[in-house]
Amino acid sequence: MIEARDLTKRYGDKLAVDHLSFTVEPGRVTGFLGPNGAGKSTTMRLILALDHPNSGTATINGRRYADLARPLRTVGALLEARAMHPGRSAYNHLLFLAQTQGLPASRVDQVLDLVGLREVARKRTGGYSLGMGQRVGIAVAMLGDPQVLLLDEPVNGLDPEGILWIRNLMKHLAAEGRTVFVSSHLMNEMAVTADHLIVIGRGKLIADCSTQEFIERSSDKYVLVRSPDAARLADLIAAEGGKAAPREDAGREDQVREATAGHAGPGAAPALGVTGLDAARIGEIAAANRIVLHELTPQLASLEEAYMELTAESSEYGAGGGPAANTGPAASLAAQPPVTATQERAE
Amino acid sequence: MTSAAPPAPATRAVLPPAGRRMAFGHLMLAEWTKIRSVRSTIWTLLLFVVLTVGFTLLFTFLTVSNWTGPHAAARDASVIRNPVGFILGAGIGLGQLTICVLGALLITTEYSTGVIRASLLAVPKRLPMLAAKVVVFAILLAIVAEIVVFACFFIGSSILHSKVPVSLTDRDVLRAVIGAGLYLTVLGLFALAIGSVIRHTAGAITTVIGVVLVLPILTGLLPGSWGAHINAYLPEQAGSLVYGARRASGQLLSAWQGFGVFCLWTAVLLAIGAYLLYRRDA
Repeated sequence: MIEARDLTKRYGDKLAVDHLSFTVEPGRVTGFLGPNGAGKSTTMRLILALDHPNSGTATINGRRYADLARPLRTVGALLEARAMHPGRSAYNHLLFLAQTQGLPASRVDQVLDLVGLREVARKRTGGYSLGMGQRVGIAVAMLGDPQVLLLDEPVNGLDPEGILWIRNLMKHLAAEGRTVFVSSHLMNEMAVTADHLIVIGRGKLIADCSTQEFIERSSDKYVLVRSPDAARLADLIAAEGGKAAPREDAGREDQVREATAGHAGPGAAPALGVTGLDAARIGEIAAANRIVLHELTPQLASLEEAYMELTAESSEYGAGGGPAANTGPAASLAAQPPVTATQERAE
Repeated sequence: MTSAAPPAPATRAVLPPAGRRMAFGHLMLAEWTKIRSVRSTIWTLLLFVVLTVGFTLLFTFLTVSNWTGPHAAARDASVIRNPVGFILGAGIGLGQLTICVLGALLITTEYSTGVIRASLLAVPKRLPMLAAKVVVFAILLAIVAEIVVFACFFIGSSILHSKVPVSLTDRDVLRAVIGAGLYLTVLGLFALAIGSVIRHTAGAITTVIGVVLVLPILTGLLPGSWGAHINAYLPEQAGSLVYGARRASGQLLSAWQGFGVFCLWTAVLLAIGAYLLYRRDA
């Protein structure tokens, strides 16, 4: 278990981590999510005692990292930046770390097998690809068979196969009852990996909840209705207690669907975004009043979009548009249902 | 290279319990692994041996073969006055630069490559890591340097024998030879200390070499007795007294006093380096 209490870290006059408190429970994968520059890596470095907090504490299984007798036996960490001498072999890098903890050299071979690097382990790491370097980092993290793992952007530089491998590894480790804390700036990556999410922006906590809850809470649910008689329908919907707003952006937003369905040309009927009533009820209202519908589609904003909206104000290097960033790639995803963990697992 | 299938049960190896304290011996072993597993340290150490022995050979040989040369008189006199200092100084003068580089590199490459983070994650109390590094490096240097300086002495004295016979049993000679090895050992630690304060390879090496080579020249230009005093207490000037390179009359420090001053410089810098390592973000 990892506990951060009121962690604050200041670099000069820049507040990197701002009174951050959270708990990472064992037995599940906890995603640590935030835009670039949100303070994820700094928080991890504070937990790992590489940086000193200005205030607050971070403990692992109730103890500060620096007080752990053999830290690598309790905590395994993969940091974002590479931490290897290019002239030293992966084997020797792991060997010296094993030696500090009094681990046998045979343990080095075990973790090299685990990450599939046994054959190249005697070569100098300077010649390794990004993905291989990342695997060495995983081997380092697993060296002491730790109960707690902190992984900073572990999928960086990995190919699709490697990404799948590391997802499975993290789930496997969590299923064994270990604490797995993994950071990412990619919402969709976290959606398929993490059971629980801790979301930060500008060093502040934005959300701390299960992934499912996060999806439901932050998803912008509405029903897209297209009708030549949109104005009358809007009044009827309002009379029923629903809320209908013209969706000026619908044409642009739905370009992907238009291309496939091909029914909403340039002269498409006006679109309404309806909240407060479900699609079935809207259909019934339309039928009862003999209103023609061209489209009736329940919409769920994509997780990525929800995440971007949530962190828009806190994004350090944002384009300054806030939620108007809807024109970006996230917008084209908007019509798709959110990727859920169960879907991914079924693959 | 790997399958996407769930990994085999990660690890049911019998590993030492997490609650037992780390042993200093283990940390020393780890530091030894770090030193021996990169080529730059091995090559630098090899360069030290080659340069030191090579220049001892060269200078003593040239001195002997030019013994009756036109400029010989003054130089020959100083060789006759202090043969062991001449022999040892011939090789150390240049060879010591490799020790400066090696000592600085030992810690600055940890910062430049990011290995420091791995090291500190393994030893989050930090100071035991630095202590282990200092002890291992000191032992390694002491062994290598003593072998090299004894070799230099025997080579140099055998070449010089026809002109100026010098033996280990002569007064102060054994002290000078052993002292030369000790000087090089402490010099390595001195460079390591500066490296741990400065953390950047180029800056650290420049600083060490500046202090060892350039500073004595600059203070040597200072007029009067206070210039001489400052000069005498400089790390390299004080430290090199122990191998008897200089034995000017009116010398302010004895051989061991000078070595003590050098050790003090090194200890203070190491303490600063340790404090900064403990305090700074890695």
